[in-house]
Amino acid sequence: MTKGKQLSVSAIRNGTVIDHIPAKNLFRVISILGLDKFDHQITFGTNLDSTKLGQKAIIKVSEKTFVGDEINRIALVAPEARLNFIKDYEVVEKSIVKVPLEISGITKCVNPKCITNNEDVMTKFHVINKNGEISLKCHYCEKITDQEHMSAEI
Amino acid sequence: MNHRNLVSINDFSKEEILRIVELAAEFENNPKPGLLNGKVIATLFFEPSTRTRLSFESAVNRLGGRIVGFTDASSSSTSKGESLKDTILTVNNYSDLIVMRHPLEGAALYASEVSSIPIVNAGDGANQHPTQTLLDLYSIKKTQGSLENMNIFLVGDLKYGRTVHSLLMAMSHFNATFNFISPPELRMPDEYKMHLDNLGLKYYEHSDFTDIISRADIVYMTRVQRERFSDPMEYEKVKNVYVLKKEMLENTKANMKVLHPLPRVNEISTDVDDSEKAYYFTQALNGVYTRQAIIASLLGLIK
Ligand SMILES: [Zn+2]
Repeated sequence: MTKGKQLSVSAIRNGTVIDHIPAKNLFRVISILGLDKFDHQITFGTNLDSTKLGQKAIIKVSEKTFVGDEINRIALVAPEARLNFIKDYEVVEKSIVKVPLEISGITKCVNPKCITNNEDVMTKFHVINKNGEISLKCHYCEKITDQEHMSAEI
Repeated sequence: MNHRNLVSINDFSKEEILRIVELAAEFENNPKPGLLNGKVIATLFFEPSTRTRLSFESAVNRLGGRIVGFTDASSSSTSKGESLKDTILTVNNYSDLIVMRHPLEGAALYASEVSSIPIVNAGDGANQHPTQTLLDLYSIKKTQGSLENMNIFLVGDLKYGRTVHSLLMAMSHFNATFNFISPPELRMPDEYKMHLDNLGLKYYEHSDFTDIISRADIVYMTRVQRERFSDPMEYEKVKNVYVLKKEMLENTKANMKVLHPLPRVNEISTDVDDSEKAYYFTQALNGVYTRQAIIASLLGLIK
């Protein structure tokens, strides 16, 4: 395995390393991925130095390989995140997150009169990506939830 | 038409809009009194809107259909705490198509996702009221002969007015020029101006309501409501400014028509009513034909 950087948080045998998470969004990533309800070993480090992000966080999740939309949901709060899939302490595959076209259930709609805030309806948004600036257009009420309001709700 | 529901005007292409407008003309010119024989249409008004409901019910009755439903939430099981989903699934058993009005935004889209029968949105909060937009377009087509290259003046509350927003979106398919006349507090929101910018369509903003309407093909009036102003003094200042008076029609174009979604309060003087340019009551009649076209089309009774 690669030496140095990754060793700032103890190595895992099998699982996924999620790197390049903005430090301030670590707990939102944990909550989006439901790691607070996860049974296997998880280690994380935060406020690590990163030339790109200033302060970054890293999460190592044992016995779990995240795929596709499952992981792309974190793109809203960690668009630069990189994934390393680990098997027997070796990186067997690398991946980056992709901003999905649609996103369900991770943030509330900003509009108090939206059906999703008043009935038992899962939120669903169409992702608008304007030069890296991400905002969400509600599938139901058509109102835009911007980054600032997402932060407040996630 | 490929749509099973009419929820948002933004789901409809230019061709689909034109098709509804054509069908509305067909219903006006050749009434089809037995078309809905044996059909039951549900009108679910979770908030009251007498005018819209009467228009739909007239449209259905004149085609021989039957109507079930309620006129406000207090007379429905919603007042007992029933979810929208349960109401829709229940009414699915009793009818062939649901017309619904709901105070929450996105309610009609959600209903269309759980419903096994077509949903027509008759207004979801401040969001969409697509049958109003389509009847506005039919009124423009009928009076102007075409929807292309119109000079449209939108007057009054352009900030909160759902009707003018949807009309702008729909008419942006047809190379329209827009003039916005409103108090500074109630200007057209930026997102709609950006939409026009992206399409390269022209628009002009004015705060004075003057003889600039001499260039108009359509003057679309809306109500300026007291509750939209945080400062009551501001409302007092503008309440009589955005009022169309008969003498203002003098230098307008011969083809010009005045539209209004109704109900009117004072924004069109009653002396305008006698002018042949006053079109708002016929516009309401056009709503019946347009709603017939929409219902028949969604039920697949007409291609
Ligand atoms: Zn919403």
